[in-house]
Amino acid sequence: MNGLSLLAQLLDILLALLLAPLLTGWVNQWRAWLQNKTAPSLFQPYYTLHKLFHKELIVAHQASPLYRAAPYIVFGCMVLASAIIPTLSTDLPLAPAADAIALVGLFALARVFLSLAAMDVGTAFGTLGARRDMLIGFLAEPALLMVLFSASLISRATSLSTIVEGLAHQTLVIHPSLAFAGVAFTLVSLAENARIPVDNPTTHLELTMIHESLILEYSARHLALFEWAASLKLFAYSCMGLALFFPWGIANAKTPLLLLLALPLLVFKLAVGGALLALLETFSAKMRIFRVPEFLATAFLLAVIGMLITLLLTPFGKAA
Amino acid sequence: MSALIAQFINLLAALLLMLSFAMLAQRRILTLIHLFTLQGITLVLSTTVVGYVTSQPHLYYSALLTLLLKVLLIPALLYRVIDRLRVRREVETLINIPTIMLLGILLVMLAFYLAQPLSQMSSSVARGTLGIALACVLLSFMTMITRSKALPQVIAFLSMENGLFFAATSATYGMPMVVELGIALDVLVGILILGVFLFHIREQFDSLDMSNLEQLRDE
Amino acid sequence: MPLDFVLWAVLAWLLIGTLGLMALRHLKLVARVLFPAGALVGLCLFGAAALALDTPPHTLILPLGLPGLPFHFRLDALAAFFLMLIGACSAGISLFAGGYFRQGEGTPPGLLCFEFHLFLASMTLVIIADDAYAFMVFWESMALSSYFLVIANHRLAEIRRAGYLYLLMAHVGAVGILLCFGVLQAHTGDYTFQNLRTQQLPPAAASLGFLLALFGFGTKAGMLPLHIWLPEAHPAAPSPVSALMSGVMLKTALYGLLRITFDILHTPQWWWGVVLLGLGLATALFGVVYAAVQVDMKRLLAYSSVENMGLMLAGTGLAALFSAYHMYPMAALALSAVLYHAFSHACFKSLLFLATGSVLHATHERSLGKLGGLIRTMPWVAWLTLIGTLTSAGLPPLGGFVSEWLLLQSFLFTPGLPNSFLNMLVPVVAAVIALVAALAGYTMVKFYGVIFLGQPREDKLAQAKDARWLERLGMLWLVAGCLGLGLFPAPLLAFTHETMHLLTGTSLAEVTQQSFWLLIPVAQQSASYGPIIFLLGVVSCSLLAYAFVRWFYHGQLRRGAPWDCGFAAQTPRMQDTAEGFGQPIRQIFEPFFTLQRELPSAFDQAPHYRVQIFDPFWNWLYQPVVLMLNVCSRTVGHLQQGRIARYLLYSFLTLIAILLLVKR
Repeated sequence: MNGLSLLAQLLDILLALLLAPLLTGWVNQWRAWLQNKTAPSLFQPYYTLHKLFHKELIVAHQASPLYRAAPYIVFGCMVLASAIIPTLSTDLPLAPAADAIALVGLFALARVFLSLAAMDVGTAFGTLGARRDMLIGFLAEPALLMVLFSASLISRATSLSTIVEGLAHQTLVIHPSLAFAGVAFTLVSLAENARIPVDNPTTHLELTMIHESLILEYSARHLALFEWAASLKLFAYSCMGLALFFPWGIANAKTPLLLLLALPLLVFKLAVGGALLALLETFSAKMRIFRVPEFLATAFLLAVIGMLITLLLTPFGKAA
Repeated sequence: MSALIAQFINLLAALLLMLSFAMLAQRRILTLIHLFTLQGITLVLSTTVVGYVTSQPHLYYSALLTLLLKVLLIPALLYRVIDRLRVRREVETLINIPTIMLLGILLVMLAFYLAQPLSQMSSSVARGTLGIALACVLLSFMTMITRSKALPQVIAFLSMENGLFFAATSATYGMPMVVELGIALDVLVGILILGVFLFHIREQFDSLDMSNLEQLRDE
Repeated sequence: MPLDFVLWAVLAWLLIGTLGLMALRHLKLVARVLFPAGALVGLCLFGAAALALDTPPHTLILPLGLPGLPFHFRLDALAAFFLMLIGACSAGISLFAGGYFRQGEGTPPGLLCFEFHLFLASMTLVIIADDAYAFMVFWESMALSSYFLVIANHRLAEIRRAGYLYLLMAHVGAVGILLCFGVLQAHTGDYTFQNLRTQQLPPAAASLGFLLALFGFGTKAGMLPLHIWLPEAHPAAPSPVSALMSGVMLKTALYGLLRITFDILHTPQWWWGVVLLGLGLATALFGVVYAAVQVDMKRLLAYSSVENMGLMLAGTGLAALFSAYHMYPMAALALSAVLYHAFSHACFKSLLFLATGSVLHATHERSLGKLGGLIRTMPWVAWLTLIGTLTSAGLPPLGGFVSEWLLLQSFLFTPGLPNSFLNMLVPVVAAVIALVAALAGYTMVKFYGVIFLGQPREDKLAQAKDARWLERLGMLWLVAGCLGLGLFPAPLLAFTHETMHLLTGTSLAEVTQQSFWLLIPVAQQSASYGPIIFLLGVVSCSLLAYAFVRWFYHGQLRRGAPWDCGFAAQTPRMQDTAEGFGQPIRQIFEPFFTLQRELPSAFDQAPHYRVQIFDPFWNWLYQPVVLMLNVCSRTVGHLQQGRIARYLLYSFLTLIAILLLVKR
């Protein structure tokens, strides 16, 4: 662990914290443009966060300490998640603490706390949302794990740094299994980030909302933390996708210059990715909630086939 | 360089499999046709690349033939058919989709298992692809079995032929030109006959539900 | 001598039990003195077993039992590991039991104390038994003592029925084990394990022995389709007993399977591994899907035990597969995952069962649909249970996650089995394990959320009393186990090294001792997991967020009513129920369930909704057997006419037949 890797780690966290709302704003802007609406400001998420932090907090009479701790825990989980996903550099001091499996566990931990907190007050919506969110979770988590496994079968490692380094710094090789993994990952991240075919981040319609109904009871700073955590999650997923499927440009932090170069590249990739996400959301229609298991089962099984293909196409003994 | 091209063919094979899988899981006829067209494009690409690697010019012709037939002509015909028959709606499958896909995975495993010794004997550039081609054929078969309407069954049948064609090009560098032309013609004639057949079914039963055919048996 | 210590511990437990018999209705003495003393003995056993891990195997022959058939005892690393598990878990459960048992609940406390400690002693003796004879004696006494514990509340007919089913299945399983020993001794007539180990059986006989062992121990472990007794017996028993059965007794089945497959039969064949893997995964998936739709809290936990045993069996199968192909380091990795999971499951499942006991005492409700909001009236139980719930859901940085992590690692690093078909199983199996783990999370959120969160669904819940201090202490000890196993995997995994050596001839010693903070199964580059850093990361990020929010903004807070969606007449009964929470699972896995639904019609005066889920195996497998038995017994019943002369005739005929037989 040297100074440079420490710097990269700090930069990683700060960048995630600061850029995450911007990414959300960017996606919202593109969505508005594509739907012929007047776009909100790019910085709207920051204004919203600021406003929410200022407001007076109202908590239900019967709310337990769990309810009040959950926003902080969920936020903490998301910060740690973005700290261990390689965004600028693969040489991160925190990375050995959690590999791909632990990362999925981290997302699960956040989800469980969010669901428990939603059930705490005991209103109709909270439990409904918790049930739906866990429904998405129990299919999306294994699918995400399978996507990560497809990548880790290539480099025979579950450590994210090693996977990304292996993908980014080898001679050009095409991995057919990653095509499957890529499609599966797209489906999973749409579901996990409450995006359109599965959930609509802008709706408050009882019959369809998932993520919004979980946090319906929350207000002021708690809500702000949840909103921030949601955008951090989107950021983390985007960075994970970029690191797995478009890893070029992520430095291994041997030289500070590369680190500097990685930043604009990352911003560029994120901008393109955000616009594509908005495009995808505009093109597709929200599906019924009972179709969601089908949607996620498709992702899960595609990722499994991806792993099968890795095993088929790599000759014996050469799996390295 | 040739290693990279082999990987590219593998990638195309994987795409073909993915498209077959998507067809298996798809409810809408229109999307099925889109997927079929995409499969055709993948096939054209892979045939061209194999032709380039092995420098066999006849593969170029067969790629061209595929392009004309499977990317342009047949999809156009299918569009006309669904326009005339007005069957753009979703089609319910006989078993629910996750179960179908689970069975699909088992089929893929079976195909890979069966193709393992074959592809180890083969010396062509893309030896692993044989299993994938076999899997495509089995998946298309599965699609045919699980649909109740006639049109998806026809499309699945065509996609099965795609799988066979891919197996031929990737494993043995294509069939003799005469055979290929013959097959192409067969497919064309086949789809025309099926089209006529479909119209007749609809005239007879006012629907394309194949379960109506059960009424035809002897009591 | 550790073995002597273990035997002294057993003796101490028996003594405590006898004292309990003497003070039959003396609740104070039994609860405040005897049960805590039993817990102390458990701790001593834990310590002695931990010491015995490193010492070479130690044997002892006691001239007890039948003449000419002395009991053989042996304490090696495998036995020591399971003794540690028994000691550690029983300590917490005994403490809790001290606060739990009350007057007037069926069996008198002194008798319960006797049965409880007899149960503990026989489990310990099963583990150290070194000949088939002793093993079967202790195995049976374990089954019997637990049977009497299960029917402690024998006034209820359903509990008697559950106990009967349990006893029946236990004996069916015991027959399997008995036959297995018969096959393994290979006509030598010598039933000591030492002799069984030296036999070189032909493959067919070895396979037969393995299958019989799988049947026998699988019955005890709740393996599909022999699990049928488990979801009946575990909920019926008093909660500390359920905890002991689920947390500890199930592990004796795992012990037996490991002992026979890896120690006595020393070289597994590859298809044994496939059978174990398949059955284990099926059991795990079945268990978790059924757990997710249960509405009785103890039954939910029982199905979750089925799931966890399934995962352990799958891991064992994987290890057998690796051993068969001589890939011993991989086998060691898989086995270490199994042993770690056994220990953490023992901790969290005992904890959760104890928690249901506290809830049951406070509310007299087992049905999830009538609980809710207990976190406000029972904060101790609720917060301790939260840890157990998170562990059970397999979330980092707790104990359940470590074993899942290790298990998935051993799948991923499969460096190509020499059989292409088996190779292709790897992704599928990993996918099933991931799915099971995620579904366990779903189930546990349901379990915790419906019991402890929300608003109390019944008025009486407002008067619920929190657990008493002995109960809290027992639960705290188990929580410490969950946390410790989660946070210090690398040093704790070192405890399994000797066991690994015994079973596979190799261990992970070189790799896991690289670092105290990080768990590294192969090489740091490929995979590592540091739970302490992980926990510190989450906690410090959360605290920093808290501090910053306070610093830059404000900490004002106002209490108000929750938003009622514009419908003011809401009551707590309108909350989502446990049935509702399980509904998506019921929908997705519909083909796997046998459902019975009563839906109210629009004109019902007293609308009634009921969904009942049956175990399909009961209809498919057991009902035909029962019918067949009934037919047989009816046929035999014709012989019985109730007249003495007829019975005398039967005896007479039998006598003649025997005489003729002897003459020949």
